[in-house]
Amino acid sequence: MLLISCPNCGPRDETEFHYGGQAHVAYPENPDALTDRQWAEYLFYRDNTKGAFAERWVHSTGCRQWFNMLRDTVSYDIQAIYKMGEPRPDVNTSAATTPEGATK
Amino acid sequence: MSADHLPEHPDFLWRNPEPKASYDAVIVGGGGHGLATAYFLAKNHGMTNIAVLEKGWLAGGNMARNTTIIRSNYLWDESAAIYEHALKLWEILPEELEYDFLFSQRGVMNLAHTLGDVRESIRRVGANKLNGVDAEWLDPQQVKELCPILNISDNIRYPVMGATYQPRAGIAKHDHVAWAFARKCDELGVDIIQNCEVTGFLKDGNRVVGVKTNQGTIHTEKVGLAAAGHSSVLAEMAGFRLPIQSHPLQALVSELHEPVHPTVVMSNHVHVYVSQAHKGELVMGAGVDSYNGYGQRGSFHVIEHQMAAAVELFPIFARAHVLRTWGGIVDTTMDASPIVGLSPVENMFVNCGWGTGGFKGTPAAGLTFAHTIATGTPHELNKPFSLERFETGALIDEHGAAAVAH
Repeated sequence: MLLISCPNCGPRDETEFHYGGQAHVAYPENPDALTDRQWAEYLFYRDNTKGAFAERWVHSTGCRQWFNMLRDTVSYDIQAIYKMGEPRPDVNTSAATTPEGATK
Repeated sequence: MSADHLPEHPDFLWRNPEPKASYDAVIVGGGGHGLATAYFLAKNHGMTNIAVLEKGWLAGGNMARNTTIIRSNYLWDESAAIYEHALKLWEILPEELEYDFLFSQRGVMNLAHTLGDVRESIRRVGANKLNGVDAEWLDPQQVKELCPILNISDNIRYPVMGATYQPRAGIAKHDHVAWAFARKCDELGVDIIQNCEVTGFLKDGNRVVGVKTNQGTIHTEKVGLAAAGHSSVLAEMAGFRLPIQSHPLQALVSELHEPVHPTVVMSNHVHVYVSQAHKGELVMGAGVDSYNGYGQRGSFHVIEHQMAAAVELFPIFARAHVLRTWGGIVDTTMDASPIVGLSPVENMFVNCGWGTGGFKGTPAAGLTFAHTIATGTPHELNKPFSLERFETGALIDEHGAAAVAH
């Protein structure tokens, strides 16, 4: 069970959250100009990173707010939690500091 | 007891050769699908100068971790065709491979708990019959007759309203399936190379010409990827993307019990599937952990949830104890159907995206993938399962329609 530090509510069990997949995937600016290949990329293709992965979560049974998380997909260590709209933080994977409460 | 008293080690089923400098084809991934592919390449296409590269030990990934359920009661024509072909192969493979891997056609039941379930199930039974897949609809009494330990009372949160039943479905001993294929591959001259991790690919323009591994560089004319949860990692090395997300999928077994469970029961709605292994363990699984993961483990609440479902359906399980739990890494696609076919790289072929249901497909994956690798064009059965379908929109949407939770 992951212990996730919601930016609004603090550390809570994973069961309070829902997963939103890869973060920072923008809706296409000109959808009608996309080729089939580009549509496929937007709809069906997501990074499937082995290692540090920026992903979205929502605190469904708490504040119901979305936020971003940088998590290692092998160790499941949570390396950073940051707000929607903020850029992915530059976290050094080997020397990552785990936010308080955001342990395995 | 000293080592002097130990019996002789039984004969090994396959050699452990050093990799040669070149092969006609290299299969990456020594699980069920990789081994089946190598077997059919050698048997059907006469390609025996080939190698299977396995980064760990043979069949130690999802092939060692699945819940061994075999069935073909999928809704859509394309899926019914490939999974039913797989089931027909399962029926002849013990003899063909000269290895009794305990394929037990004890039937699979898919429970319905809501009116929506009932309608979808009856529709699927009809679709299955039209596709030559054995299927019947059972009312709760018939469910109880086939599996007496199931609780069909109205006093549970999601009462059993009926079930679909496929009598020819069942389970097999997964390790033995892998060993059966491996032994035959070896006899046919295939090199099975364990502890051989692929670290990159050699390309001439857009054509693959070799594989870099921790045991040196291997030149080859064709590469088949059969690496399940790690397919995206290999594709990235080769310079393309796959529409796959890797998730942990957990399973568990109880300690050994007398035979109590005569069939296989799956419930999509309360979400658990249960059978009893030949040895006596109750084997259970459910859905994937929601997050992406390569860790071969998941979160405990997922286990807790499936055990709660199992105890509601089978009250006598309340006294059973969990012996162990584990996880595998499954490669899921957005339409819950596999990808078997060509890749954007010339002479490189992909078999992936089987998600939570790859074991049952093993023989058909091997047969069609071998055909694709040998001829450079898909087999009739895997043609619809191309990578292009995500661009053309011709998806094979088995989410929810396939009787089970993906």
